[in-house]
Amino acid sequence: MTATTTQSVEHTDRGPLSTDELAARIARDIPPGSYVNLGIGQPTGVAEHLSADAGIVLHTENGMLGMGPAATGDEVDPDLTNAGKVPVTELPGAAYFHHADSFAMMRGGHLDVCVLGAFQVSQAGDLANWHTGDPDAIPAVGGAMDLAVGARQVLVMMKLFTRDGAPKLVPACTYPLTGTACVGRVYTDHGVFATGPDGVRVLETYGTTVAELRERLSVDLLP
Amino acid sequence: MGVTIAATADEAVAGVEDGATVLVGGFGLAGMPFDLIDALIRQGAGGLTVVSNNAGNGDVGLAALLKAGRVRKVVCSFPRQSDSYVFDELYRAGRVELEVVPQGTLAERMRAAGAGIGAFYCPVGVGTPLAEGKEIREIDGRAHVLEYPIKGDVALISAHRADTMGNLVYRKTARNFGPVMATAATTVVAQVTDVVPAGEIDPENVITPGIYVDRLVRAEARRLTVQGAR
Repeated sequence: MTATTTQSVEHTDRGPLSTDELAARIARDIPPGSYVNLGIGQPTGVAEHLSADAGIVLHTENGMLGMGPAATGDEVDPDLTNAGKVPVTELPGAAYFHHADSFAMMRGGHLDVCVLGAFQVSQAGDLANWHTGDPDAIPAVGGAMDLAVGARQVLVMMKLFTRDGAPKLVPACTYPLTGTACVGRVYTDHGVFATGPDGVRVLETYGTTVAELRERLSVDLLP
Repeated sequence: MGVTIAATADEAVAGVEDGATVLVGGFGLAGMPFDLIDALIRQGAGGLTVVSNNAGNGDVGLAALLKAGRVRKVVCSFPRQSDSYVFDELYRAGRVELEVVPQGTLAERMRAAGAGIGAFYCPVGVGTPLAEGKEIREIDGRAHVLEYPIKGDVALISAHRADTMGNLVYRKTARNFGPVMATAATTVVAQVTDVVPAGEIDPENVITPGIYVDRLVRAEARRLTVQGAR
């Protein structure tokens, strides 16, 4: 059964989204013609669900627009990789540029959308996705802070709860921040959320209801 | 000063001093100047500060330099990778210092050094541990952090082809930090697969103009990719 409250669509006739379904859900919200950066890890999977006729151009921060799918067999060229250092391919109309230009186009507001993974997102849209704060961990930030600040729309793709059941959408991040008030939407297995200065709005739920999420999350969900 | 075409990589890296700041091109292994790094290991300079995007992959390139114990400090954006075990071990043993810099800020700090910019305000990193202790200024309603240039004594980069004027062209995403590092060091050394006569590279296609390049050496491309990349 699918119910609609004033602002939220509750998909209770199914379970939570799989990682692949979540990637497809995010792909549906990326406007045609956008310039898009997909973060390392799960967000990379969003590319498989973008319609070929949508005219979406993928940016990879190591210096390319018009990135194609992962390379296989003879296509593998060590000089052509994505930001995760995986060999990829180029599409017709691709362009290469150096690192300072690549990040200038990001910070300068030319990139429409980026999709990033996260350890935590706060209700105000603060992002924590680079460091657990564990004193034994080796800190490594890469382009995460540049993307969080630079892309016009920052979308997060993550599971809503950790393996231990702790919510990752939180009143305030406890992990070191990547950026402040930068996340607009959080796409999770259990629901899609809008974050911002006013708080969190539930846009959709999957296999649960707004009422149930209100019980399980410690953030205030706007009515 | 014109460009010198060195006969060997050893000749190309001659004169690097102990304690030098060395900018090392490459993103993972794409654009890594393998032959120049191997020559630097043989040359023997130690106590180096290395500025590079990563902190080495596997046992080759930058990882080999680290393993040889020549590096005092690494300035990079992303040290920890699936195959960065050489760096990881040195870091955990307290034998190498680490400064983590957001990737775009790393590139821009070198660009500033090469372009004669004294410092710049950048919104990246505001509100995070990487901005701690740095000056913050609000510009046009947005907080920015003050960042200073990174200048190298030496840059070791890899390009695809050069001409005898030192003009460089790169290949695909192996371009990465090369053009920026080429502007930001006192002595710039490029390894290239080929050096062609002046005029054979279309001036419209030159990415790094020869004015930035001091020494060239020919070296075969090594077709290596990062293991376990995802």
